[in-house]
Amino acid sequence: MSDFSSVFWDYYILIITVVSVVGCAVFLWTQSKTRVAVGPDGKVKTTGHVWDGDLADYDNPLPRWWMWLFYLTVAFSLVYLALFPGLGTKFGGLLGWTSTGQWQAEVKAADAKFGPLFAQYAAQPLEQVARDKRAVQMGERIYLNNCAQCHGTDARGARGFPNLADNVWFWGGAPEQIKVSIVAGRNAQMPPMAAALGSPEDVTDVAHYALSLSNSTHDPVRAARGKEKFAACAGCHGIDGKGNPAIGARNLTEGGWLHGRTVAAITEGVNKGRYGVMPAFKGILTEPEIHLVSAYLLSLSQSPGATAPAAAPAK
Amino acid sequence: MDMTPIAEAQRASPPPASPAADDTAPAVVQGLYAKRREIYPRAKIGDSLALFQKWRWAAVWATQLVFYGLPWLVWNDRQALLFDLAARKFYIFGLVLWPQDIIFLTAILIIAALSLFLFTAVGGRLWCGYACPQTVYSEVFMWVERRIEGDRAERMRLDQSPWSARKLAIKSAKHGAWIALGLWTGFTFVGYFTPIRELGAEILRLQIGGWSAFWVLFYGFATYGNAGWMREQVCKYMCPYARFQSAMFDKDTLIVTYDTRRGEPRGPGRRNADRAALGLGDCVDCKLCVQVCPTGIDIRNGLQYECIGCAACIDACDHVMDKVGLPRGLVRYTTTNALNLGLSREAIWRRVFRPRVLVYIGILATVFAALVVAISVRVPLKVDVIRDRGAIARETDDGRVENVYRLQVMNTTERPRRFVVSAGGLTGLALVSEPAFDVPAAATASVPLRLQAPADDVPAGTHKVQIDVVAQDDPAVRVTEKTTFLGVRR
Repeated sequence: MSDFSSVFWDYYILIITVVSVVGCAVFLWTQSKTRVAVGPDGKVKTTGHVWDGDLADYDNPLPRWWMWLFYLTVAFSLVYLALFPGLGTKFGGLLGWTSTGQWQAEVKAADAKFGPLFAQYAAQPLEQVARDKRAVQMGERIYLNNCAQCHGTDARGARGFPNLADNVWFWGGAPEQIKVSIVAGRNAQMPPMAAALGSPEDVTDVAHYALSLSNSTHDPVRAARGKEKFAACAGCHGIDGKGNPAIGARNLTEGGWLHGRTVAAITEGVNKGRYGVMPAFKGILTEPEIHLVSAYLLSLSQSPGATAPAAAPAK
Repeated sequence: MDMTPIAEAQRASPPPASPAADDTAPAVVQGLYAKRREIYPRAKIGDSLALFQKWRWAAVWATQLVFYGLPWLVWNDRQALLFDLAARKFYIFGLVLWPQDIIFLTAILIIAALSLFLFTAVGGRLWCGYACPQTVYSEVFMWVERRIEGDRAERMRLDQSPWSARKLAIKSAKHGAWIALGLWTGFTFVGYFTPIRELGAEILRLQIGGWSAFWVLFYGFATYGNAGWMREQVCKYMCPYARFQSAMFDKDTLIVTYDTRRGEPRGPGRRNADRAALGLGDCVDCKLCVQVCPTGIDIRNGLQYECIGCAACIDACDHVMDKVGLPRGLVRYTTTNALNLGLSREAIWRRVFRPRVLVYIGILATVFAALVVAISVRVPLKVDVIRDRGAIARETDDGRVENVYRLQVMNTTERPRRFVVSAGGLTGLALVSEPAFDVPAAATASVPLRLQAPADDVPAGTHKVQIDVVAQDDPAVRVTEKTTFLGVRR
């Protein structure tokens, strides 16, 4: 209501509404008292205006109960305006109804209805919940509404957004670690490393070496040269390139290349750095909801199709 | 509009509710609101039901057997006709309509409206006189009223008499019967939207849900109020159709009308007297046509907008004409042209097939044929392909392009079905997600779908592909949906 912060608009609404209702009642009252002359021929003296050949004023009285219906609508509107907030925000109505309140009541009712079910799953360890078919379906629905925008409806991600359906986990794949990623979010930062590595040729060499770690297509000669330079990367990715889940440093020996499994993609990352954000869902989703989403993701990465970093084509 | 017989009739007739026309003391002023005058239509004409009375009762039986009976029919172990608003499914015998099928409902409504136009152009207010619920329930309620209070004369006497135990008993019996009938009607009405047997059991256990109770009471009250109390006022003051029907009328439309030329000058005369010699027309001014009229008009004033075309006055007049030995048909179904031009029966029939009627028939037949064809070729399977908005296209580690979709599959039959999905339209396109899936009876499933193609075959940009979903047990149940496959810029 900040757009209508002036008290003027409250009175504006109030006056228009009340004047309209009272005006209708007064008009109705004068109309019910109006008398029209009836001539000696038994015909009503009309205003003289005739429409469409035969329609005129005054000559066809409405049944009297209709008039009472009009009064009833006036009475109804007054009662309604007294009970509900129809006279601007200053006068909230005797029932104290608000749309927010109604929404909260509905949420409360839904919580009361579904709360026990959520609580039941929230009390179970994630591995157990991940085996419960109904819990996984509930988790999937929460996932589709909150996570699929970035990670895709099949949870297999996209360029820049991790695939959650394989068993590659940048921040640790233990059930509780998955949950922490959702609750608190993650900030993944790879600084630009080109200066530390040397020339663009050196960067390309390191890229080939990085690809060689996961047996991806690479140039062995360049990879051998790149191995020497890799020491600059080992601070985060480790001497063996197996990464460090504690800071989100990628394990380069497995698949799941977030920005592409090509020399071009890797050199770009080394030259410019990478910065990825997973927002924290604490406060957006409730604890039991996050528990169910975690269980859903766990069920995906435990499924037989998830063992390979990227599923091979079926045909 | 002012060329229509109705408009002429309205001009010719005196204002309908002018009290000065009937009251003994002429009023000099009147208000803009007037008390309604009770109408006591006389029912008994001869010793047996007259011709059009029979037709009206036949229409009452036909419409009400259908209305009260249909919800009780069973089909496939469920209610044959059920409009399940909560589940958004309409069950019509073997057919299950989903919200996506609303076009069929539209077609049915168009057919209903055009039928009304057609019947009105040809036969005037046939709907009003014979089939409209307002008329039918008024007819039924008046029958109850006659059984309890008696016919016109007894009712008038009863209403004028002071309150007494007897009057109270009679009135209570009448309203009790009316309310019972109204509630049964409300119960039946709600039974179209919620299973009627369960509803009946709930009512017997006094465990009826709030909304069901509201609608039973609301519809019951509406029936009681409209058929018991409002009656002709609904037609006169509320019904829009009564007012716009003149758009369908012309001078070849059948109307209930009084043959002024033959009837006037009216006057009583001795039986077998030579009325022509007395200077009298055939109308003996018995006023029976006025007494039987449920809307309280005098048909001899010409066609009036209040006339619902029930033909009660025809029955009354024919009966009197038989008695006084004059030919029937002084009040009869005829057309304005027939009356003015003296057309024969054959000529009236020939004029039925005039351009207006032919146009109505043409449109009606077209819409009807379209509906029949559309329903017969309807596939009981609906598929929506929703491209994933999150992941536009992705590359797999082995250099293939992958697109993700979600299939929204609706099995609109009443048995569970297994469907098989396949994709085509692009070289090397392969389905990598599970190709077969089950959908329960009359349910929706959301199925993830992954398509892959070799990156070399898919240049960056949009490619048209199609996705086929076919029922495993019936190849005819197949839906092909078009969608796009996106290549990746490298």
